[in-house]
Amino acid sequence: MSFLDLKNVTKIYPNGTKAVHETSLSVDEGEFMVFVGPSGCGKSTLLRMVAGLEDITDGDINLDGKLINNVDPSERDVAMVFQNYALYPHMNVYNNLAYGLKNRGIDKKTIEQKVNDAAKLLQISEFLQRKPSMLSGGQRQRVAMGRAIVRNPKIFLFDEPLSNLDAKLRIQMRLEIKKLQQKVGVTSIFVTHDQVEAMTLADRLAVINNGIIEQLGTPIEIYDNPKSLFVAGFIGSPQMNFLDGNLKNKTLSAEGFEIKDINSDFEGDVTLGIRPEHLIQSDNALINLKVELVEQLGSDNLVYGQLKNKNDFCYRCPGNQKIENGTELNLQIDENKYYIFDKSSGKRVN
Amino acid sequence: MKIKPLQIIAHIILILGVLLMIVPIWISFASSSHDSVTILTEGMKFHLGDQLARNYNEVLNEKGGWSEEVTAAKMFINSFIMALGIATLKVIISAMSAYALVYYRFKLAVPIFWLIFITLLVPLEVRIFPSYKIVSDLGLTNSYTGLILPLVASATATFFFRQFYKTIPDELLESAKLDGANAWSFFIDFLVPLSKTMIAAMFIFMFVYGYSQYLWPLIMTTAEEYWTVVMGMKIIYTESYEGVALPRTAERFAYIILSMIPPVLVVVFLQKWFIKGLIQTEK
Repeated sequence: MSFLDLKNVTKIYPNGTKAVHETSLSVDEGEFMVFVGPSGCGKSTLLRMVAGLEDITDGDINLDGKLINNVDPSERDVAMVFQNYALYPHMNVYNNLAYGLKNRGIDKKTIEQKVNDAAKLLQISEFLQRKPSMLSGGQRQRVAMGRAIVRNPKIFLFDEPLSNLDAKLRIQMRLEIKKLQQKVGVTSIFVTHDQVEAMTLADRLAVINNGIIEQLGTPIEIYDNPKSLFVAGFIGSPQMNFLDGNLKNKTLSAEGFEIKDINSDFEGDVTLGIRPEHLIQSDNALINLKVELVEQLGSDNLVYGQLKNKNDFCYRCPGNQKIENGTELNLQIDENKYYIFDKSSGKRVN
Repeated sequence: MKIKPLQIIAHIILILGVLLMIVPIWISFASSSHDSVTILTEGMKFHLGDQLARNYNEVLNEKGGWSEEVTAAKMFINSFIMALGIATLKVIISAMSAYALVYYRFKLAVPIFWLIFITLLVPLEVRIFPSYKIVSDLGLTNSYTGLILPLVASATATFFFRQFYKTIPDELLESAKLDGANAWSFFIDFLVPLSKTMIAAMFIFMFVYGYSQYLWPLIMTTAEEYWTVVMGMKIIYTESYEGVALPRTAERFAYIILSMIPPVLVVVFLQKWFIKGLIQTEK
């Protein structure tokens, strides 16, 4: 049995909404697990069930070999960082960090030691006497993490902690969280709707949709090998291009081109997925793209254009290449990096 | 700096308002520093006289009442105890009942809240006989407990605390739970400090409410040692004119001025907290 073990965990709200379907998942000790999915997909509910803030309708949660279904949140030895930090507004930073320790009946000297160590680790030592209202967003974020670290819990839970920060700070804090987790080595679960955050932070990633884990794996596994239409569309930026097509006799026809010898016996309507970064310009072209708009990001250009039945088809090329609106590009798919999904079920077929 | 006409008008209105409040108090104070004869012959005074210390000393320490036993000082103490008791208990009970109503989501929370709220329609004056019956059956007439107890439940304060607790984000409770806080420590460590400005405001209102109670102490107390200031005010006005004694007008004014001091002190003292809370946005 692994460190954290979820077995057929289900959540049905009193009004009958099923937020989490029978979900099983294991997290190893020291692992950084990320739950990613659109809002309302049940990822936060799942996290809150681990924390004990939501009742479990059905299933078992084991933490460190102990069934914790009915254990009170305060006894679970988990620490959580909330989206709006939930710092204690009337206590200074020191007491914010110390409160959980005081409740555990730890003596004053040890508390002081622990708080100072955590503050040093997070570089908030100079703010210890300040109230949360006198801190900036990034500092509050650090205090919230300090409050989790100082207790030395079995598991860290992060509930979209970066979504209140501005873009630059978010990237910085993302890096800090990752470094910190590697340094402290505590098992962590991080919930986010931002796929970039998910990709960069995770040791392993669970893509959740409608209360079901669609795919579980390392970020690269999921990027390279999405198992469903949803995962393919959710992971990767800019989003994968989807084209309607038909598969018959191992031949795919879509948008006026054909791909032969497809490694699938599936027959019927399909969706073809191609990542913008997996296209190359080639004389031996498959796709003819009439450029309508170019977004210049500096390092890359995102080229958007029209296909026969597809608006805003995206192609990503290096930023040093100059592309004018209205030109026609001949594109080939790089090394057969395309994905074919059953149109009705969304399952991958190649 | 140019002053606009509208500002001048606004200031005139404000100044008039202030004068309307201040002048009667000043007249009372000035009049309390003369001797009664001067006031009876010349009317109320705008300037200070030379009898200030004598009048106040007399009011505070002279024994009065039918049995000639109770002094005004004693009445002040009684009123203070009563108001303090009522304000303190009201705040504690209201805060706790609001806590129960907001955080314990039991089925009847809403009906119970409305039941509490409806009691606003039934003030003590309406239920004075049943209340008296209960208190006297409990043997609490002529006691501080009897003065305080029937007045300690407050729908208004419960309502205000409830509204305030509802604005506290759920994450705070959840975070506290994960930090090992139980129901009691969440109340003491979080709700009480967070609502301290609210507590100060409620305390001021309830203190003044308790201090100005008239009918209840009048009915409750037969022993003069439990008389309160407001009752004393009535007695001092209906002083008998038997014999040749002149009405003691100057002392009456002194008594009125003295009776204003405790509520004013409470307001002045707690206002610091009040303003502090308003400046520091802690949420």
